[in-house]
Amino acid sequence: MSAPTTTTAPATPPGATTTGDGRRRVRPTRASSAPGVSAGRTGGGRARGALLGLIAWVVGLLFFAPVAWMVLTSLHSEPSAATNPPSLFAPLTLDGYANFFGSNSGASPWPPLINSASASIVSTLLVLCLALPAAYALSIRPVKKWSDVMFFFLSTKMLPMVAGLLPIYLIAKQVGALDSVGLLIVLYTSMNLPIAVWMLRSFLSEIPVEILEAAALDGASLLSIFRRVIVPISGPGLAATALICFIFSWNELLFASVLTGTQAITAPVFLTGFVTSQGLFLAKVCAAAVAVSFPVLVAGFAAQDKLVQGLSLGAVK
Amino acid sequence: MTATVEAPAPHEPRPAAPGFRTPRKDAAALARAGAWARRAPLLPALIFVIAVTQVPFVITIIVSFISWNSLYPNDVAFGGLANYVNVFTDANMRMSVLTTIVLTVVVVLVSLVLGLVVALLLDRQFVGRGIVRTIMIAPFLVVPVAAALVWKHALFNPEYGLFNGALTWFFGLFGADAPQPDWITNNPLMAVEAALIWQWTPFMMLILLAGLQSRPLDVIEAAKVDGASTWQVFRFMTLPHMRRYLELAALLGSIYIVQNFDAVFTITSGGLGTANLPYTIYQQFFQAHDYGAASAAGVIVVIGTIAIATFALRSVSSLLKEENR
Repeated sequence: MSAPTTTTAPATPPGATTTGDGRRRVRPTRASSAPGVSAGRTGGGRARGALLGLIAWVVGLLFFAPVAWMVLTSLHSEPSAATNPPSLFAPLTLDGYANFFGSNSGASPWPPLINSASASIVSTLLVLCLALPAAYALSIRPVKKWSDVMFFFLSTKMLPMVAGLLPIYLIAKQVGALDSVGLLIVLYTSMNLPIAVWMLRSFLSEIPVEILEAAALDGASLLSIFRRVIVPISGPGLAATALICFIFSWNELLFASVLTGTQAITAPVFLTGFVTSQGLFLAKVCAAAVAVSFPVLVAGFAAQDKLVQGLSLGAVK
Repeated sequence: MTATVEAPAPHEPRPAAPGFRTPRKDAAALARAGAWARRAPLLPALIFVIAVTQVPFVITIIVSFISWNSLYPNDVAFGGLANYVNVFTDANMRMSVLTTIVLTVVVVLVSLVLGLVVALLLDRQFVGRGIVRTIMIAPFLVVPVAAALVWKHALFNPEYGLFNGALTWFFGLFGADAPQPDWITNNPLMAVEAALIWQWTPFMMLILLAGLQSRPLDVIEAAKVDGASTWQVFRFMTLPHMRRYLELAALLGSIYIVQNFDAVFTITSGGLGTANLPYTIYQQFFQAHDYGAASAAGVIVVIGTIAIATFALRSVSSLLKEENR
């Protein structure tokens, strides 16, 4: 009796992944990752370990200090924010935020914040809709020259945006699309599509072929495969992509400042009004910086692992 | 009865995906239809990107051959290579190319090294490791303009910034007068670099940390058992493994930092020799209104970037090979 031949891969031990050429690589779990390797098991090793841990804390706090200072200053009153030496323990107040959000001086920041939110969210959704099929066409059922296409997408990211700024400005002016959120949405979508395609391709290539073949054998249509197999399995990857696209759209300054006037200015453009200093305004500037960064800070902290996956274009899982 | 599933013979085309109805024609037509079925999902994204990025670039190339200053709309004429000559002979433009290169190289290298150091520190277990990792990410998450504003006003400002305030406090402990340097005016490029390094080190750190955590620990343990010192393990095992991640981090960082506009615009407004290429081109469009010269500069920037990118993309191709399907 001949042994049945199957197409399933030999069972891999838990935690192992197969690289492209079939090698098996055991990925260490978090619990086993450090102690046995770097920290010695002797008393001297433990002391060295504690010292390195302390250094790590110091470095982390040093990097965090400007952010902490930004938040602290935003909660001080103007006079106590601008003292030299700095008064760390001055009474806390929400005056800076009241000044920033209130209408006593200058424009209200709500329209720019809303513009930023709508431009970022809509462009992220659009990017996902366009990039997911493209990633499918580059990973699961690849076109012949998929790596050339990938290089092309990455190369559009490398071309400095300023090079295309003038034609876009002129075309938008002709079409009457200047100073509109729609134009920003289109631009942000094209700005983020290469990143999204790269990331999603990497995540989709992790889906086991057997599941897709099984679904196809069971008679699922293409749309059904997407809905029931691809999206659930690559859910975290989709989230990582969406997070990165949202962050980059929210942060974008150059196109927004050039192509908008009064109606469609975004939050970063609104911040450029604070570039020149006018009298006592430090608490207000810090409040502005915190308020504008708030959505991105929250999103990034909430999804740190996704952030790593996103930043490395999915090359790092 | 055992069921056998065989992989299709290599020379046959793969069966068409469900949902695409292919007519029963000869093999060539089937293959063509299959190829189009594979291309179809790619087309919307590809067309969108081409339309929004390549078409404007072609227009930029065309405008670069026209001498066109929007302040003199009646003087638009075909200028040949005059704009390009202008760009190469313009001291400002050459200065800004140099500034861009210096800025990018310094920021990428320093943040890469710092990121590696921090990643090595964070790779170990210690009390509160998760917290330190979380707060290390914060600089990258602050909106770049906001971060530049904070650096300019709340940190660098000679009268009430944190740096000079800390100096005052520190020297005050000894009853001495503190030096109160004007950080931005004295070292403008370094001020911009400091702000950028601060923002980008977490980015490098995250990628390198992920690389460190994917090392095969059993092999390293074996090496230690065999008597390898920490330095030897680092040099002969960790670094080669990290090479891929270092290249990726450097490539991605360079792509973004070459195009950096926010920090230069906010901290120095391009003055004091810190104008990099994006800022200079922005200036030429919207202050000098010389569209022809700015377009020529843009084309040159693109050509330069492509030259560097072609070289850099070779290293990225190693990333693609590993995930080849």
